[in-house]
Amino acid sequence: MSEAVKIKLSKKDLESDQDVRWCPGCGDYAILATVQRTLATLGVKRETTVFISGIGCSSRFPYYMNTYGFHTIHGRAPAIASGLKVTRPELDVWVITGDGDGLSIGGNHMIHALRRNMDLKILLFNNQIYGLTKGQYSPTSAMGTRAPSTPSGAIDYPLNPIQLALAAGATFVARAADTDAKLMGKILEEAYKHKGAVFIELLQNCPVFNDGVWEGVKDDPSNKQIALIDGKPLTFAGGTKGIKLGAGLMPEIVDVKDGNTSELLVHTERGSSLYANALAQLVQPNFPMPMGILYRQDKPTYDQLAQAQVTEAIEKQGAGDLTKLLYSGMTWEVGADGTRH
Amino acid sequence: METKHLDRVVIRFAGDSGDGMQLTGTEFAKAAAEAGNDISTFPDFPAEIRAPAGSLFGVSGFQLHFSSSEIHTPGDAPDVLVCMNPAALKTNLKDLVDSGTLIINTGAFIEANLKKAGYQANPLEDGSLDKYKVHAVDISHLTNTALDGTDLSTKEKGRSKNFFALGLVFWMYGRETEGEIRRIYQQFAKKPGFGEANVKVFKAGYHYGETAEVFQTVYKVPPATFAPGMYRNITGNEAIALGLVVGAELAGKKLFYSGYPITPASSILHSLAKYKNFGTLTFQAEDEIAAMGAALGAAYGGSIAVTASSGPGIALKGEAMGLGVMTELPVVILNIQRGGPSTGLPTKTEQSDLSQSLFGRNGESPLPVLAAKSPGDTFYCAIEAVKIATRYMVPVILLSDGYIANGSEPWPLPNLATLPRFDVIHRTDPTGYFVYQRDERTLARSWVIPGTPGLEHRIGGIEKDALTGNISYAPENHEKQTKIRQEKVDRIAQDIGELDLSGGESGDVLIVGWGGTYGALRQAQQALSQQGKKVSHAHLRWLSPLEPGLAKIIHNFKTVIVAELNMGQLRAVIRDKFLVDAQGLNKIQGQPFKVREITAAVDKQLESLPTASTSSSHIQVNA
Repeated sequence: MSEAVKIKLSKKDLESDQDVRWCPGCGDYAILATVQRTLATLGVKRETTVFISGIGCSSRFPYYMNTYGFHTIHGRAPAIASGLKVTRPELDVWVITGDGDGLSIGGNHMIHALRRNMDLKILLFNNQIYGLTKGQYSPTSAMGTRAPSTPSGAIDYPLNPIQLALAAGATFVARAADTDAKLMGKILEEAYKHKGAVFIELLQNCPVFNDGVWEGVKDDPSNKQIALIDGKPLTFAGGTKGIKLGAGLMPEIVDVKDGNTSELLVHTERGSSLYANALAQLVQPNFPMPMGILYRQDKPTYDQLAQAQVTEAIEKQGAGDLTKLLYSGMTWEVGADGTRH
Repeated sequence: METKHLDRVVIRFAGDSGDGMQLTGTEFAKAAAEAGNDISTFPDFPAEIRAPAGSLFGVSGFQLHFSSSEIHTPGDAPDVLVCMNPAALKTNLKDLVDSGTLIINTGAFIEANLKKAGYQANPLEDGSLDKYKVHAVDISHLTNTALDGTDLSTKEKGRSKNFFALGLVFWMYGRETEGEIRRIYQQFAKKPGFGEANVKVFKAGYHYGETAEVFQTVYKVPPATFAPGMYRNITGNEAIALGLVVGAELAGKKLFYSGYPITPASSILHSLAKYKNFGTLTFQAEDEIAAMGAALGAAYGGSIAVTASSGPGIALKGEAMGLGVMTELPVVILNIQRGGPSTGLPTKTEQSDLSQSLFGRNGESPLPVLAAKSPGDTFYCAIEAVKIATRYMVPVILLSDGYIANGSEPWPLPNLATLPRFDVIHRTDPTGYFVYQRDERTLARSWVIPGTPGLEHRIGGIEKDALTGNISYAPENHEKQTKIRQEKVDRIAQDIGELDLSGGESGDVLIVGWGGTYGALRQAQQALSQQGKKVSHAHLRWLSPLEPGLAKIIHNFKTVIVAELNMGQLRAVIRDKFLVDAQGLNKIQGQPFKVREITAAVDKQLESLPTASTSSSHIQVNA
């Protein structure tokens, strides 16, 4: 009997018995289906897979996964997931969050989970809006976004999630659109294999409060997206255009003549953070958006380092002896006569 | 030279926050414990690490009570006051007993320092100290002289002067010096130059006492009598850390501790970070919320999860604590209370977070609350908190305070073999499992942890169906779940021990207290009883649920006085629960009760008897 056959799951095995309660047409459905399908393909174990979320539409996600799941409180999922991962390093811990949950109320936890290279797979559903609270603008909303809380238009400059993740120290940074099941599946597969802090920005449509906000990217992949391939130059529009760095390291769109890509930037997943940050700056409407794995780096994770310190302490000091610990420091004995000996 | 025997001494060291008074006090306390005295300490320091030299607000003090008989408090008033500068004299003199002993570093009584302390004239010269036994010693100069020929800078030499003071009091109280010299070398092992210098100065102080003819008497405080056994000196924060490690061991689980730096809780994290060879994991989180969140995550994964803070940090943790209540996960939350509100008095003590503990979360969010009564008691409270949290699947708040956390006492070491185990068993059987299925006795749900095949499930902060754990907004279900969460806490009463009562089960006055006021309240009650007064003292360990033993006796007294270092937070609970006209004895000065404040308040109540008291006014403490 083959163990491999036994643990092989189908997408259905990863669906919980709960009714999915997102609005019709929500981009979350596509993401859920891709996650379920990919994990089934990867042959993960349901019992060692945990989904942890904060608050918001996306954060209902764990209820729909037939794995372990914890729907927590607004913005705190990375902190709660960190406590779980440090103590149970053998678990695969996924964090589901959104632009409000993960970048506004929970921004601090996001930064520090990434900084520590905590081995968490963080999926940030970016729809540039607060959905569950009925449509307020979010930290990723474009300037001028009109929402119930900004009837005259948002005057906040938006946050670039990829830049934030890179600056904070994420060791795997990627981006995909909600409906691009093929790319998302590929990224999830690589993310699953990666040991360390994963940050994936998913461009997600909210059909009710911010419909079509990513259409400028999704409606014309050839011209509005750069499909990132490791080792290949940054091109789009069927290879007729590309990206180079001009004076002051300013990214520029240039025409590719006669297939000559020598002046173009060459995508390097394990490139410098300078390169990765240049990539992060390519956003609509001035540039096509890079899609795929933008950056990765291998370095020890927090849980590995924490466990290593425990192992080292045990090697050096021996396994803890409680009696010895209690009796450490200045101790003395009082004899039967009640005085010190 | 005369040797005088004393039963007990209260000594206070006071100086600039950079003068090393905490170290001096701690070392002298060790020597007293080493000599077999019972001791109780009270460090009292400003929040500033190095406040401007010579300023009144920068004065740091350390009070030590050592005795040849059992003591419960660091003493009401010092018999001996060591002042390293004018500011220390100015701020501490009012506490010294009449005709008490003053040891003054005259080297610091220069024009500039006198001015900073607000002295118009030098108190050493204007006769204002005549009623005290004043020993004027130029400690600054003598320290410098002792270090002549070393290659230390003037500034570095100045730092050693606390060891001169230490040497001097060692001589005054006839303490053995070998142990101290050994400790100094150990402490400065990495900077042997300083170790050598400090030993030189320490010896110089000791020999000064011996040879200078200013001290005519050596005082001896004979050893106290203790119950037989092994002892060590311990502070509340050290004992609580040990209790957590032992608690996790008794549960058969690994300890996870997350915290964010905050006074006066931080040193618990420092202690536990050294216990990694016990498998203990510590996590310094990015903020208080994350510390609470990480603890919840660790509890979800099956660890004994603990976080600690003080009032302001607990406020930040509130929402996540509510998530723990809702998802019924075992977490221990330590609140080492300080003065509030807001930043308040970070280094001072207060009991003003009781209401916050009981009620400080949104919604109906009950959780168990217990409070430690002394430094050594925190050890047992920590174990009890772990036991209750895991047995009832509920977050537990354990209250300590700055006074207990930093204060120390001789502590009879527990015999580990006699501590009962409470091994945690995680459910692994998928048959008939429901997430919120409950134990009949405790109403706890099963602690099923990720990694268990066939028991995959989802939990969260949204209201849950009382059996399946699926999201439920059903009206009756919410009321049912709310009541279950309360009943779970109430049922903890079945696992609570006997009420800690001193005195009769009926009488004229019942003093009710909780937490760190124990020593002063117990000593006051015993003193009053010895005078033939019908006064009892009940000290509560459990505040939620309230100690069941209290209900049995509270109506048997003519007057109930609830003594607390707050505006009457427990009193409100007691009045609500028992409909008794409890009087409040309240002090909100960032300082512990003095025994005489309590005896005075009780005497005042006794005088007003048998006329039934009708007012609900507070009894004011004027220290």
